[in-house]
Amino acid sequence: MRRDTSLLFLLMLPAAAFFTAFFLLPVVHLALVGASGKDGAAAYSAIVTDANYLRALIATLGISAATTFLTLVISGFAGVFLQRNVFPGRSALVAMLTLPLAFPGVVVGFMVIILAGRQGLIGTISQALTGEKVVFAYSMAGLLMGYVYFSIPRTILTVMATAEKLDPKLEEAARSLGASTLRVVLDVILPGLKPAFISAGAICFATAMGAFGTAFTLATRIDVLPMVIYTEFTLQANIAVAAALSLVLGLVTWAALAVARTAAGSTVAAAG
Amino acid sequence: MSQTSDAREKPLSIVLEKCAKTFADGTRALEPVDLAINGGETIVFLGPSGCGKTTTLRIIAGLEQPDAGGRVLFDGEDVTNLAIEKRNVGMVFQSYALFPNMTVAGNIGYGLRIKGWSKADLAKRVTEMLALMRIERLADRAIDQLSGGQRQRVALARALAVRPRALLLDEPLTALDARLREDLRVEIDDLLRSLNITTIYVTHDQAEAMALGDRIVVMQQGRVAQIGTPRDIYQQPANAFVAEFVGTMNKLSGRVEGGIFVTAGGRMPWPEAPAGATRVMFRPEDVSIAVSDGHLNGTIASLFFLGDRVRLFVDVGDAQPIVIEASNRRKLSRGDRIGLSVDPRSFVAIDH
Ligand SMILES: Nc1ncnc2c1ncn2[C@@H]1O[C@H](COP(=O)(O)OP(=O)(O)OP(=O)(O)O)[C@@H](O)[C@H]1O
Ligand SMILES: [Mg+2]
Repeated sequence: MRRDTSLLFLLMLPAAAFFTAFFLLPVVHLALVGASGKDGAAAYSAIVTDANYLRALIATLGISAATTFLTLVISGFAGVFLQRNVFPGRSALVAMLTLPLAFPGVVVGFMVIILAGRQGLIGTISQALTGEKVVFAYSMAGLLMGYVYFSIPRTILTVMATAEKLDPKLEEAARSLGASTLRVVLDVILPGLKPAFISAGAICFATAMGAFGTAFTLATRIDVLPMVIYTEFTLQANIAVAAALSLVLGLVTWAALAVARTAAGSTVAAAG
Repeated sequence: MSQTSDAREKPLSIVLEKCAKTFADGTRALEPVDLAINGGETIVFLGPSGCGKTTTLRIIAGLEQPDAGGRVLFDGEDVTNLAIEKRNVGMVFQSYALFPNMTVAGNIGYGLRIKGWSKADLAKRVTEMLALMRIERLADRAIDQLSGGQRQRVALARALAVRPRALLLDEPLTALDARLREDLRVEIDDLLRSLNITTIYVTHDQAEAMALGDRIVVMQQGRVAQIGTPRDIYQQPANAFVAEFVGTMNKLSGRVEGGIFVTAGGRMPWPEAPAGATRVMFRPEDVSIAVSDGHLNGTIASLFFLGDRVRLFVDVGDAQPIVIEASNRRKLSRGDRIGLSVDPRSFVAIDH
């Protein structure tokens, strides 16, 4: 028995060492660095006391929530549809929809610019049609579009995998009891997809909170927290604040996910 | 209005006219079937796997459309194009199909909630159904905390709560163990008789079919092989398939010679033999063991003790041994020679 335990301990050692070296030590160090600035531990409260930081935090939370919500709505419909309908070109479509998985955030940002930038497709078309050039690549809308585009593949795949396991008999039972299509969706399909929504939504939210490449490429007029951290760190050399903000970003994201997971109440909770 | 009383108008009659079904992939699941189901009747679809029982049931339910030309009539009214949610039929599946996100009471009340019943009426009806199925204790349980038998009771209660015009059950007991299946079968039988509701019951278990059905529809490869009361089906099977699928049937080949059927194992009197018969069939229970020499003589090839009786396989020189049953008091063993006599009135002549 004792040998088993020590063997287990031995086998755990590499993982423990890895965890300590690449997670525990940096985080502890980060926490110390965060408190090492001229304001000491007050750097941590700056995120709520400093209007700029607070605005960035709220904007980041907002855009992440919106990204999660939009992604779940779009992928929910598309995933169930793709899983249930067989048509020519279906697998090609699925492959295309999941393509963004392979793109780094910078490329996604670049694509948003091509689509909605000053020389973008949407601008050109809208100018030809209405004489007014629609440009939203550099605003929150552009960022949102990039994030959603980036989040859809994973979510669609999760939804499709879960939709495949839904028992069609449940829907038939509901219909035999008089349920309309809408009621079937609300009472049977959505509850069935809830686990997928919670897990995919959580990943989606966390990714959006920490995404940097897309925001960086779209640069102008956007203040999300990862951008603020970057600016503090490289341009202002304000290492303590950058460290404090990073830690807060991590904690807030983690807390939001924990809430989403435990609040197994409604799917809306997961989307928030 | 007294929504919770069980007074019911005349039970629904169902007619299928030339209902065939070809699936999108080209599978021909059902040849054109004509069928008339009387109001209040319990009809059982019986047949081997893949013969089209479920498909027929789903056409009646409205989950499947018959091929062009087929019609489904409810009380004479054409409902072929009416969606299932408008047909008001109760369904019970082998897999129960209970909503996992609702409690037992939530499941039972679901159909009533859809119909917009008031909270008080709904609660009253749910309580009634829980009592009917004797599962009052389970009202607030989650579905995954129920045994198979309890789940099937909930499924029945859910289907019956909305007072459907017909009850459609697809192998409701197949997933349960033998003892429980027997108990629930008896319960369902009592329930159906007391409710006087038109019921279609799908099974591949012939004992279940015999016990429950007012009439049985025996199906074979997408066709109706025979429709009749359990007694008809058992005693006058329409063809060899029905004869062999329902119960145990012995068959011997030979020829008729002046009121005698001559076969390898002996000569059996058969006054009413059809001319030119080359095969005769009979049930094990119509065979008796003769004291001395019988019409038929053979050796016991194997024997199985069944508790109350003994089942014997007797080799009478034909391709297959015949099956008979004997009282367990007899001292019989493998290899014994025995004589048998068969009541000629029980003979079934089917030549194909
Ligand atoms: N959706 C479908 N698409 C193609 N073929 C199907 C479909 N559903 C059923 N079939 C085929 O139709 C035939 C009849 O099927 P059905 O389910 O009615 O059989 P069953 O009598 O209920 O059998 P079992 O006792 O195994 O349930 C089978 O050959 C089956 O493979
Ligand atoms: Mg079936």
